[in-house]
Amino acid sequence: MGAWHNVVIIGGGGAGLRAAIAVAEANPKLTVAIVSKVYPMRSHTVSAEGGAAAVAGDDDSMDEHAYDTVSGSDWLCDQDAVEAFVVEARKEMLRLEHWGCPWSREQDGRIAVRAFGGMKKKRTWFAADKTGFHLLHTLFQTALSYTDIVRYDEWFVTKLLVHDGRVRGVVAVELATGRVETIVADAVIVCTGGCGRVFPFTTNANIKTGDGMAVAYQAGAPLKDMEFVQYHPTGLPFTGILITEAARAEGGRLLNKDGYRYLQDYDLGQPTDAPVLRSMELGPRDRLSQAFVHEMAKGRTAETEAGHVVHLDLRHLGEKLIDERLPFVRELCASYQNIDPVHELVPVRPVIHYMMGGIHTDINGATPMTGLYAAGEVACVSINGANRLGSNSLPELLVFGARAGRAVAEFVATVPGAATAPVLAQGRDEEHRLERELSERQRSDGERIADIRTEMQETMEAGAGIYRDEASLTKALDKLSELKTRFAHASMDDASRTFNTELIAMLELSGMLDVASCIVASGLRREESRGAHQRTDFPDRNDEKYLAHSVISRKPDGEWRVEYLPVTITRWPPGERVYGR
Amino acid sequence: MPETITIEVWRYRPEQDSEPAWDSYEVPLRKEWAVLDGLNHIKDQLDGTLSYRWSCRMGICGSCGMTVNGEPKLSCSTFLTDYAPGPVRVEPMRNFPVIRDLVVEMGDFMAKLPTVKPWLVSGDDEPDEDAEYLQTPVEMDDYKRYSMCINCMLCYSACPVYALDPEFIGPAAIALAQRYNLDSRDAGAEDRRDVLASAEGVWACTFVGECSVACPKDVDPAGAIQRYKLTAATKAVKDLLLPRGAR
Amino acid sequence: MSTRDAASSEQRLYRPPVSLTWWLRKPSYLLFGLRELSSVFIAWFVVYLLMLVYAVSSGSAAYQDFLDLSANPLVLILNVIALAFVLLHTITWFGLAPKAMVLRLGARRVPPGVILAAHYAAWLVVSAVVAWVILR
Repeated sequence: MGAWHNVVIIGGGGAGLRAAIAVAEANPKLTVAIVSKVYPMRSHTVSAEGGAAAVAGDDDSMDEHAYDTVSGSDWLCDQDAVEAFVVEARKEMLRLEHWGCPWSREQDGRIAVRAFGGMKKKRTWFAADKTGFHLLHTLFQTALSYTDIVRYDEWFVTKLLVHDGRVRGVVAVELATGRVETIVADAVIVCTGGCGRVFPFTTNANIKTGDGMAVAYQAGAPLKDMEFVQYHPTGLPFTGILITEAARAEGGRLLNKDGYRYLQDYDLGQPTDAPVLRSMELGPRDRLSQAFVHEMAKGRTAETEAGHVVHLDLRHLGEKLIDERLPFVRELCASYQNIDPVHELVPVRPVIHYMMGGIHTDINGATPMTGLYAAGEVACVSINGANRLGSNSLPELLVFGARAGRAVAEFVATVPGAATAPVLAQGRDEEHRLERELSERQRSDGERIADIRTEMQETMEAGAGIYRDEASLTKALDKLSELKTRFAHASMDDASRTFNTELIAMLELSGMLDVASCIVASGLRREESRGAHQRTDFPDRNDEKYLAHSVISRKPDGEWRVEYLPVTITRWPPGERVYGR
Repeated sequence: MPETITIEVWRYRPEQDSEPAWDSYEVPLRKEWAVLDGLNHIKDQLDGTLSYRWSCRMGICGSCGMTVNGEPKLSCSTFLTDYAPGPVRVEPMRNFPVIRDLVVEMGDFMAKLPTVKPWLVSGDDEPDEDAEYLQTPVEMDDYKRYSMCINCMLCYSACPVYALDPEFIGPAAIALAQRYNLDSRDAGAEDRRDVLASAEGVWACTFVGECSVACPKDVDPAGAIQRYKLTAATKAVKDLLLPRGAR
Repeated sequence: MSTRDAASSEQRLYRPPVSLTWWLRKPSYLLFGLRELSSVFIAWFVVYLLMLVYAVSSGSAAYQDFLDLSANPLVLILNVIALAFVLLHTITWFGLAPKAMVLRLGARRVPPGVILAAHYAAWLVVSAVVAWVILR
């Protein structure tokens, strides 16, 4: 069976929905399909809490937002992309306001902004602490008004179709029925988000398995800066549920087990009663997460059943402020930690949160493969470099989702027609492969999918965590290679076609093993420490050799190749990252 | 506290069963574990054929609605210890066709939602693209609660009217329509009226109120519906009594 | 947006039957059932009122017949039941009022309890007036 659309968008989260609307607006004649493994409003954008950055006040400027982003990235971002990003971020946020997003307000009715980590000015727009939820639902509901956008709800993409060097569509499985369909398209935009689930302890939802990165990589598209994985400093122990940075922006303090504001020992400034921007608890996420590791080494973290923790103190903020600005934090603490932050300390520890790296794209979301685009966390433009600033990811998915949508609309208008027979044949091959997977994995002697997944996750934490070195990365790479061999013989219990979630978990794991290898291989090659990539054997930044993007791509023999691309610097030459002084 | 708890799961496998059946599993009883963690343990360690939806595990994505011991619940924020010593009975949400096991078919809601136009319809007062609408916190208060709906479908699962009359637009869709009707920036109330004020709209509701009890996000869809009844009735009376210009 | 057509022909959905006793599962479901059932008794009240109007217009003999009929124990029971249902509706309606009416005094919302109390107060006043008219 086959279907055809001008544009297929994989993923229905913030970036995917924004891209779909952008295509529909740029050229209403084009047919657009959103193919997503979950209903769009289940996408992980929904979990973003703290806010979205864009210049708002008169005391702020585009240049300052750009500089904060560049220095936050440890100079690994592309500054032309950042300059475009900060200008368009504001436009996108206002656009969203016109679409009905319930941004929190000042008494006079204007948009309110709050402080955020690594930002020199208050420029983080927020909808209490459910910003991602409101942003996603506003986009979803707005997209409902575009009647020509077709949704494939709960369809899982297994492969990109490539012919003559051009991406020509996808193959996808409908979860409800198990039917496999070839969806031919003039262009494909990948908007599937990150891959936090390759690690064991993450804020990421269960669906964040890097599927888009995997299918793009397998089709020959390069992945960029994959060694840069962000740890968020404040996750709840045991579950890994995110406690937003906004909690610190509103005045929350990080204390070690002795009640001491330990960040002052890590070159992040001196403690003050009121929060100071770009200082202490409002430092960047990489530095705060690294401080935790040192504090633990000194024996000054508290030990719990769920590992070592420090404490987030919100008690002095008062019930009124917490209920008004951090209601979700209170709700999450009550449900999942059985505590009330109005009266009690919140135990927290660093947790995998965000992927700076991703599918290599230009400033318009175009990858080096003709017809393939990417936007959102799955893509690496890069505005985030070696460390993303909190509240830059939501505007990023809006700005670059819209850019990719517009670029694709232009591309599709100029693209010559091509025969569909070869791609339909590829689709049939993929269908047969999936049939074989389903039947051949029904055996009793194989390992469980979940066991291999757990081992992969533990391998990643041990080998590619906050601090890495050659030995840990090499060991991880060897282990991943062993796991791939074992995965080939893993078995499944479920032979059904109807909503077979074990089949989906198997396909996800197959991609995760590739993505995990890319993270480790890229990390092994980068012999320096920068942002979120900290090598204990190479503790310093090395601009001479590594002020460059790593780009990893798959060779025909299944091995990979890592190359480097120059970083674009427009106005801010590399300098020292200074926080708190 | 006992070390394990029994979870009884309602199973339906359309390719092999013509009728549903119950399966029983023994899972560790840990104080942090939600019902969802118990199901994940079953899926990963005991029986890979069990199917259900889940994603964020923090009560915001709306995927994991189920019937737990007879009540509509998000399984990620319903804890096993609250049901100790067990057993815990897990069924799919009520009032929906079941695709398999705990997975229900929610296409009906997805089809109804766009009919109430749950998006902002801009009026003459839309500001330029480089400026925002002004909206005070008090104005935002009017609709904020209804904007919190996560589309988890627990309200439909709890609603006896929806069970008896599948044409009913239902609690969440009406609450979302009201979310925009009551937004000071919106000018679409008139566009939504035909559907909301119809027999399958607010008037199908007889104020059972279970939707608001089931709602995990305190949206109060029952309140949204009653409020629209007053709006619709007032409007109808005005249309009847007042000359066109004065309505 | 529209949805890609579902392959319903390939699916065997299970549609759980509505159990005969579903309305006993919760008190709120029982009340819902009772309110639906009440339509019969409310209809009786209307018929009863029409009979009264007809009897009054047909002279004192007819009116006396009507009073005799009303004194019949069966009719009395029927009317008591109907009255109970009317009261159930009144209470439901009052319970709903604070949700339907959102009143503001300046920036503050009038608490739902106040609106509810006002409704019951008004009911009392009206009942007192009716009682005064009949019993004076």
